[in-house]
Amino acid sequence: MKANLFIEWLKSREGIYYVLLALLLVVVFPLALDSFRLNMVGKYLTYAFAAMGLVLCWGRSGILSLGQGIFFGLGGYCMAMFLKLEASSPENTAIQSTPGIPDFMDWNQLTALPWFWEPFHSFSFTLIAVLAVPALLAFIIAVAMFKRRVGGVYFAIITQAIAAILTILIIGQQGFTGGVNGITDLRTLMGWDIRTDEAKTLLYFVCVGMLFVCLIVGAWVMRSKLGRILLAMRDQEDRVRFSGYDVASFKIFVFCLAAMFAGVGGAMFTLQVGFMSPSFVGIVPSIEMVILCAVGGRNSLLGAIYGALIVNAAKTFFSESFPELWLYGLGVLFIAVVLAFPDGLAGLYRRYVMPLESKLPAILRRGNAEAQTLPVEEAK
Amino acid sequence: MSPSKQDFILAVEGLTVSFDGFKAVNDLSLYLEPKEIRVIIGPNGAGKTTVLDLICGKTKATDGSIKFQGKELTKMSEHNIVRAGVGRKFQNPSIYEDLTVFENLEVSYPAGRSVIGALAFKRDAAVIEAVEEVAETIFLTDMLHQEAALLSHGQKQWLEIGMLLIQKPDLLMLDEPVAGMSVAERKKTAELLRVITENHTVLVIEHDMQFVGDIADRVTVMHQGKVLSEGSIDHVKQDPKVIEVYLGH
Repeated sequence: MKANLFIEWLKSREGIYYVLLALLLVVVFPLALDSFRLNMVGKYLTYAFAAMGLVLCWGRSGILSLGQGIFFGLGGYCMAMFLKLEASSPENTAIQSTPGIPDFMDWNQLTALPWFWEPFHSFSFTLIAVLAVPALLAFIIAVAMFKRRVGGVYFAIITQAIAAILTILIIGQQGFTGGVNGITDLRTLMGWDIRTDEAKTLLYFVCVGMLFVCLIVGAWVMRSKLGRILLAMRDQEDRVRFSGYDVASFKIFVFCLAAMFAGVGGAMFTLQVGFMSPSFVGIVPSIEMVILCAVGGRNSLLGAIYGALIVNAAKTFFSESFPELWLYGLGVLFIAVVLAFPDGLAGLYRRYVMPLESKLPAILRRGNAEAQTLPVEEAK
Repeated sequence: MSPSKQDFILAVEGLTVSFDGFKAVNDLSLYLEPKEIRVIIGPNGAGKTTVLDLICGKTKATDGSIKFQGKELTKMSEHNIVRAGVGRKFQNPSIYEDLTVFENLEVSYPAGRSVIGALAFKRDAAVIEAVEEVAETIFLTDMLHQEAALLSHGQKQWLEIGMLLIQKPDLLMLDEPVAGMSVAERKKTAELLRVITENHTVLVIEHDMQFVGDIADRVTVMHQGKVLSEGSIDHVKQDPKVIEVYLGH
């Protein structure tokens, strides 16, 4: 019964979009791209996690966060701390004055592992922390802001300020965080070398798997009554409040969920790229995430994924060919999206491609009908 | 003279709110009996909307008390006031334009009001039945699956009233429900209010004297944050103070 419903859903228009995305990510890219390029697609996809979070938080609920890099970075740093501890075994670090601690701590005259690094010896703790640390900080920010009814531009500016503060904190506390270089030279995950091509390919598939988990969670939230309340809240906050809802608690929930998505993305980034640094935490990456989401379509989870792929691919292409032009290009792109097509690629798709689609199923249906009548005739 | 407080569904006493020294509502007292339709009239700036804001918690009172079914509302948060049974319609129709009429009513249905509850909420037979029942009352049965943005102004006003009705409040507060409506729509709205008041206490702000005469049990006239006069529509109409500040114009 449940399986039937699932198959029915896969045949629906929405289901087909999911299947197409899965085919693209699981079949087409791995076959068409070499290991290096596939790893880059994997890196692009890590930004899609943050962009999907923004679809829920900004597109659906009207809460613009210019600080998703905070949560992306926290997730990434949690994973990097675990990997760094594994790479800093006493044997590997025998030449240091204090063997067994990460190299940058040794350079900074630390002689013992700081207390907050200790739990990151455990992989299961790390996995929980990747979700819990971003969620906890998001919860604190959200409670402080939304209970006081701070919203709109003020909220966006505050999140941006926090992103700046966190970057400065990470850079300033070099002995604890690796400073501006970040946490580098990550080697193995539970003894498995993550630097080989095979490992990177496998991690790409793990990343795609996690992406689909987040996509399904996001889609489920948007389809639930909570999703409709978020939309209602975006348009008529007072009406929702005076319909008996505690508006702040819904905002807190969606902001924490978006932070967790970004955290998972950050952890997958660290695993695939092999290091984490403050340059993925601050204002610039946070704004890039907003642009990915806007280009893809801020009301569409799938749009956010395509947006992340396309904008990042363009970024790679342009910064390889015309490095000085990229930032201007990005700025122009953002302005163009906001002015000309506010619903992004997903909006353009809905407007121009969907009408064509309705012609397509007619052909498919005819094909199906023939396929279905054939066996019956044979049976006769 | 004052009857025992238990007889009143709503008892407002000595209510005062001051915005930087300006007293928008000044030592106001108001008592509503169950199932009563009370209309508040008065010139612009008399503090009518502020009174509704104070009752529903949108504005916090500087002084005074608001007792609703024995509960003190001045200390409660907005959503708890709603859950206690006070529904409020805003002056401009506040509906969710991107949702369908059905979804507008469903979001207002009093179940799944917490985050977890909203995630677990299922559109079961009871919900559908309640939505359809209200849709019939507000003349929107045929429009259930249309986007609310496509409704006419009058239909939007009815939808918002419907969104309150589905919450089954004990007290319904309506801020200018017929403003901007055509004559035909006004008639239909008066009819709607008559159906509603069989089961609810209603507090209405209105300017249209014809409409007020049609629906009101009692009328309260406000002026400069105070009650100027109170009584039946005929009593109020003949009160010289009322004629001077309001009706005379």
